[in-house]
Amino acid sequence: MAVTRIDCDIHPAVGGTRTTLLPYLDDHWKEQVVSRAIDGLDLTSYPPNMPLSGRPDWRPKGGKPGSDLGMVQKGAFDQLGASHAICNVLYGAQAVYDPYMASAFCKAINDWIAAEWLSADSRLRASIVVPMQAPDLAVEEIERRAGDSRFVSILVLAQGETLLGRRHFWPVYQAAEKYQLPLAIHAGSAYRFAPSSIGWPSHRYEYYFVEAQAFQAQILSLIYEGVFGKFPNLKVVLMESGVTWLPAFMWRANKTWRGVRVEVPWVEREPASIIRDHIRVTMQPFDAPPDRTGVEDVVDQIGSDKMFLFASDYPHWQFDGDDAIPPHLPQHIVSRMCVDNPLETFPRLKLAA
Amino acid sequence: MSDVIDRPILEKEATAATRLRIVDCDIHPSLHSRADLNEFLPKRWQEHLKTYGDHLRTPYIGTTPYPRSSPIICRRDAWPPTGGPPGSDLAFMRKQHLDPYDVEFGILQVLDLFIFSQQNLEFGAAIQRAINEWQLAFWAHRDPRLRASILVGQDDTVAALAEIDRCARTGEYIQINISPRANEPLGRRRYWPIYERAQELGLPLGIHVGGYGGHAPTGGGWPSYYCEEHQSNAHTMAAQLASLVIEGVPERFPALKIVFIEGGFGWIASAMWRMDQHFARFRSEVPHLKRRPSEYVKEHFWFTTQPIDEPDEAKHLRQLIEWVGIERLLFSSDYPHWDYDDARFAFKTPLTEVERKKIFSTNARAVYKL
Repeated sequence: MAVTRIDCDIHPAVGGTRTTLLPYLDDHWKEQVVSRAIDGLDLTSYPPNMPLSGRPDWRPKGGKPGSDLGMVQKGAFDQLGASHAICNVLYGAQAVYDPYMASAFCKAINDWIAAEWLSADSRLRASIVVPMQAPDLAVEEIERRAGDSRFVSILVLAQGETLLGRRHFWPVYQAAEKYQLPLAIHAGSAYRFAPSSIGWPSHRYEYYFVEAQAFQAQILSLIYEGVFGKFPNLKVVLMESGVTWLPAFMWRANKTWRGVRVEVPWVEREPASIIRDHIRVTMQPFDAPPDRTGVEDVVDQIGSDKMFLFASDYPHWQFDGDDAIPPHLPQHIVSRMCVDNPLETFPRLKLAA
Repeated sequence: MSDVIDRPILEKEATAATRLRIVDCDIHPSLHSRADLNEFLPKRWQEHLKTYGDHLRTPYIGTTPYPRSSPIICRRDAWPPTGGPPGSDLAFMRKQHLDPYDVEFGILQVLDLFIFSQQNLEFGAAIQRAINEWQLAFWAHRDPRLRASILVGQDDTVAALAEIDRCARTGEYIQINISPRANEPLGRRRYWPIYERAQELGLPLGIHVGGYGGHAPTGGGWPSYYCEEHQSNAHTMAAQLASLVIEGVPERFPALKIVFIEGGFGWIASAMWRMDQHFARFRSEVPHLKRRPSEYVKEHFWFTTQPIDEPDEAKHLRQLIEWVGIERLLFSSDYPHWDYDDARFAFKTPLTEVERKKIFSTNARAVYKL
């Protein structure tokens, strides 16, 4: 292959629990999903027919976008020029209320992606899908899959049952640190809470807009609860979060921390510097300013070239054409985001499978 | 640490001949005591207030859900020597804020007895009327610099319209205030009658941070700390900007002016970029939008500046101001709250005299027809 370029966010699609996942469920759950018709767990966040959920040229006939391995290989590798890609499965296991069912579906998803995707193409890697509804079961699932180095991160939703910094999740981060698995927070909601503080929006467009705020709330939660003090080697990757909100968000976080740090004395330095050290962000969508100067200014304001990770968000329709790199990015950012930053962020990402 | 700082008002503060008289779009007057409202409140509701208190979607009756960094969120040097809470003594407000900063107009934002979020709608209607009358009697009529807003509980639209009409007849109020944490996102249809009336009356719609809408302060749930909750105010304002724009409120009410108060303005540029970026993809969902979202923002919305962002590099603040647009910014101090912005020092980047004049005075004079 000509160039190394690691795509940190692509989305293979699960057809359903009674179809795709059935062979990977144990007898109890096989019987349950069939007899109770437990299926159709595509997240409300991504209705498959919505334009954002699949670029027109990446939609297989008769299946969901991302459901056809051959098509994903053609799009993500041949067309967009990635040499490796990290699969993040967004089927609804993370939103199930029953913790045992959630755990069973997460296992099935992980075993399915290993057997039918990772084993079929040595360029593919995957995130471990975990049931954060029951952190002890999430740790079990990480332990179960950690021996397989093709799993390079832990995938959770931006909007789950509680904010991610809370203490009951810390065993998950202990396991993450132990196995060098960054925590990948991906856009998507379990719909436990309104998508934002203002309530339930009318449109998918509003919902998608406010998802960027959920990521910001998660960063604040992780910082102020003291997760990075407790787990200094933990990295967190924001996936499909948008990027250009970072500067103003960091300014406000710094200002608020200066004023109110008395309530979180364990946070001993400015949030922005913690963010630059621990938070990474995929570059689709970027949500760019309209001109080159604006893009350069935003990158300068963010103040780090280590945070950016190349990603196409395949098959989501974030851009047209064959170039997944947002326009006008300075060259030093482009060169780091495709290889160096992903390798530093995902230490298990050994390029030779 | 003592609860109160007895800080002398410095000579240079008292006498500083500021080069520019300012319009301060966010000043918080406070009740000296709830009994101040009695003259405006029917006996039944006085008794209700004493017996049941206000009913808000929050765990405590005596304080905010997230303990603030200072008593009742205020500057420690803002407690009037005459007693009562900060913001309750006009003479002291004049001495500490209005006079030394040469405030030409100060726009009142009342947060006492948070009328916007009262669960008992009849009680809410009674106290919103009392608060609106109190603003005139205790403040605007006593100091011509101070201007009152019509506070209305947005979730009882019928009562809100009646109160707007009652107040508007006086000709003394300069905007209509609702809360950004309402039962539903503010773009939704149930609130349109308020916008229609605001447009008819030519009064801007003011949306000041705060409220108890019942939803978690973040889309990921309830945070543990005030530092998280405090920052969520900016998210609330950005979400409301998206709701109002995407539901087509400016498209449906083309003469409506909307002022976002105490949300700061750091988040606005990226909010416009994000809305514009995804407009093409979602256009078929919102065919009522005729223009790109940022175009509506740049014509219909204004933003008060406090709490102003403080990037490490002055040029970054400058870039931000240019992205948002000088025309959109209205200076505000948030007196007497702890995160008050001082008009002399708030903008840590050079501004030309023309720019300064717009932000500190003429933009607000135009929006509010002062």
